[in-house]
Amino acid sequence: MEVGLFIPCYMDALEPEVGISTLKLLERFDINVTYPFDQTCCGQPMTNTGCHTEAAETEKLFVKNFSQFDYIVMPSGSCTNQVRHHFDAIKQTDEVQHVRKNTYDLVEFLHDILKVEDFPWASFSHKVAIHYNCNALRGLRHASMSERREPFFSKPKDLLSKVKGIEFVDLERPDECCGFGGTFSVFEEGVSAKMGQDKVMDQHRSGAEYVISADSSCLMHQKGCAMRMGVDLKYAHIAQILNGDLS
Amino acid sequence: MSDLQQEVQPKGAKIKGNKPVNQLEAANRFIAASAHQQMHDQRLWDLRKKRDAQMHLIPEWEALRDLASDIKSHTLDHLADYLEEFERNAKANGVHVHWAKDAQESNDIITTILKERNAKSLVKSKSMLGEECMLRQHLEEEGITVIETDLGERIQQLDKEDPSHVVVPAVHKSRTDVSKVFVKTLNAEQGNNDVHYLAETQRETTRPYILNADAGMTGGNFLVAETGAVVVCTNEGNADLSANTPSLHIVTVGIEKMIPKMEHLAVFIRLLSRSALGSPITQYTSCFRGPRKGGEMHVVLVDNGRSTRLASQKFKAGLKCIRCGACMNTCPVFRRSGGLSYGSTYAGPIGLILSPTYNAHKYRNLPFASTLNGSCTNVCPVKINLHEQIFAWRETLADEKELSLSKRIIMTSLGKLFAHPKAYRMAVQTGDKVLSYLPHFIVYNQLNAWGRQRDIPQPPKETFHSWYAKNYMKKGKADE
Repeated sequence: MEVGLFIPCYMDALEPEVGISTLKLLERFDINVTYPFDQTCCGQPMTNTGCHTEAAETEKLFVKNFSQFDYIVMPSGSCTNQVRHHFDAIKQTDEVQHVRKNTYDLVEFLHDILKVEDFPWASFSHKVAIHYNCNALRGLRHASMSERREPFFSKPKDLLSKVKGIEFVDLERPDECCGFGGTFSVFEEGVSAKMGQDKVMDQHRSGAEYVISADSSCLMHQKGCAMRMGVDLKYAHIAQILNGDLS
Repeated sequence: MSDLQQEVQPKGAKIKGNKPVNQLEAANRFIAASAHQQMHDQRLWDLRKKRDAQMHLIPEWEALRDLASDIKSHTLDHLADYLEEFERNAKANGVHVHWAKDAQESNDIITTILKERNAKSLVKSKSMLGEECMLRQHLEEEGITVIETDLGERIQQLDKEDPSHVVVPAVHKSRTDVSKVFVKTLNAEQGNNDVHYLAETQRETTRPYILNADAGMTGGNFLVAETGAVVVCTNEGNADLSANTPSLHIVTVGIEKMIPKMEHLAVFIRLLSRSALGSPITQYTSCFRGPRKGGEMHVVLVDNGRSTRLASQKFKAGLKCIRCGACMNTCPVFRRSGGLSYGSTYAGPIGLILSPTYNAHKYRNLPFASTLNGSCTNVCPVKINLHEQIFAWRETLADEKELSLSKRIIMTSLGKLFAHPKAYRMAVQTGDKVLSYLPHFIVYNQLNAWGRQRDIPQPPKETFHSWYAKNYMKKGKADE
C-alpha cells in the first residue's frame, strides 16, 4: 500500500512535531509512506474566501503531488474536507477524482481503512476532553453530532479508547464551534476570540487536563486564548497520543 | 444581575445608506457589553437545548425533516400552480386576493385597502415580511397608527429598534432594558423590572388599541393551496385578537409560504415550535379560511425578490425557510454578535444567505460572519443547506467583484505562493535557517489580529519539511 503524506502548511511551519508523530505512527503499520517534497497547501484559505480561481493552481499542484498514491493521508479533518468536497476549481479529470476519493484524514484512515485495534506502545493517564473540528465532525462525520437524532459514535474516541489510561470528560457544549474558522480567526477577530475564550472556559470547567483533537488549527487558536487568559490547559493532536509521544 | 442592570444595552449596526454593513463593528460592541452578550448567548443556547430535548422525544425526527424538505421542494417546483389553486380556493371562501411584485406594491395595496375603508388604526401581529417591506413606517407616513400586539415586537416598536430575531424579537434586551423602555413610553413604574408586571403593562396598554382598531393584520406561517387557508402560529394569541376583533383582516404573506394540502401542515406543525422554542406546539395554531360574518378578509401575496431567488439553482433552497429561528439559536456567531449587528431584516445564518439576494453590495460582509461550522444546516427543520449556501455566496460575491480589496489582495498573493513550491519554501524558511514564518494571512494583516487576544505560537527550530529532508532524504529512512 502506497501512502502519500500531506502535512498542512500551518503544521509544517508551526507544529512539526505533530507531522513527525503522524509519519512515525503510520510507519508502524505495513505500508509505504512517502512525503512528496513539493507540497504546499490544500487551498482552503482561498476557497473559503470565495476565491476559487485563485485556488485552482494550488489544487492542481496538490493533485500532481499526490495522484500516484493508493491513499493520501493527512493529520487534519479540515484539509481532508477541502480536498474531498471542495476541489472544484479544476477540471475533474480521472486523477482529480482519484485524489478526492482516496484522501483520508488520519483518524478515518486508522479507524476505517487500517482498522487498528490496539496501540500497545501508547499510554496516557490523563483527563481528556475531545475537540471536534467542525469540518471533521459535520463534513467528514468523525462523530455523531448533537444537532441530529442519531446513535452516538465517535471515531476519535474509539481510537483514543484503545490507549491505556485515558479518562474522558464531557463538555457542556461538546460540539460548538471554537471560532477558529481559518481566515475567520483574523478577518473576524473579535467574534473569533470570544468564541475561543468561551470554549476554553467550558474545557476548564470540565476538569480536563488535556484537550485532544484531530485538527491542530483549532487547537492553536484555543491554546492561544488559554495562554492569554492564564488558564492551565494542555493541547495535543491525536497523532501524538496514538503514537505514544506524550504520556 | 447587577451588571445587567447597569450595563447599557448595545445598539445594532450603523446603517450608512447603501454602504456595506460593518457587522463586525457592531458585533464587537455587543461583545464589549459582556453582561448582555452572556445573557443573549445563554438564552438562545437554552432554546437550542430545549429543541434538542424535543427532538429526542420524536423517534422519526430525521424522517420528518426529510419529509418537510421534500414537501417544500416539491411545492417550490410547482409554485405557480399552487398559487393559482390557493387563489381560486381563497376567493371561493370569500377572501380578496392581491398580488404584489415588491415591497412598494405591497405597501400601496395595503394603504389603498385601509384608505378606501377610512381605517385610521391598525393592530398587527408579528410579520417578518412586514419588516422586510418596512410596512409600519410606510403606513405611519400615510397617517395610519400601527400598533404591534406581540410583546417582543411591541417592545421593539416602542424602543424604535428593529426586531433582533425572527421568533424572539427582543431577546437581546434584559428586563431592566424593557423596564426602561416602558417607563419612557408606557408610563410604567420606575425601577420595577418584574417580568409579570412588565408583561401586564404591555397587555393592559395594548388591549384598548385592539378593541378600537379599524383593521387587523397578521402575517402567515403557511398557505394551504387545497383549502385557501392562511395558517398563523403564535404563543400569545395576539394574532387571533388582531385578526378577529376588527371587522377588516389583512394578511401579508410571502409566496413561498405555500404548502399543497392540509395533511402536509401536520408535518410542519410538528417541526416548527420544537425547532424554534423547544415546545411541542405553539399555544395557538389558527387556520383563517375566510372573513367572519359581516367582515372582510384580504390576502396580499408578496413576491419581493422571491421569484428571482426561485430561478437561482444555487440559492433557491433558502425559500424553504419556515422562519423558526433554529439556525440563529445554534449559530455561535449570532449568539455572540446579537441579531441587530447584521443590519438586516433577517439575521444569523438565514440572514447571511437571504440578505445579499436583496442587495449584494450592502450585505456583502454578511456571508463572512460565519465559521462555516455547519450546525445551522443540521438543526434546520426543512434541511436548508445553510452553510453550503454561505460558502457559495462567498464565491458569488467574489465573482461579482464584491469582495473587499484586502481579502482579494491577500488571496491573490496566497494563491500564487501556494502554487509555486520553491517560492513558497523561500517564504517559509529564511536563509539562516531560522524560522520566521507565521501563516501569511496573519503576517499580511497589519493590525496583527491574531495576537490581540491570543498568544502567538512559538515558532519551532525547524519545519517538518526540513526535518524530513534531514532525516529521510539523505540517509533513507530515519532510525527509529
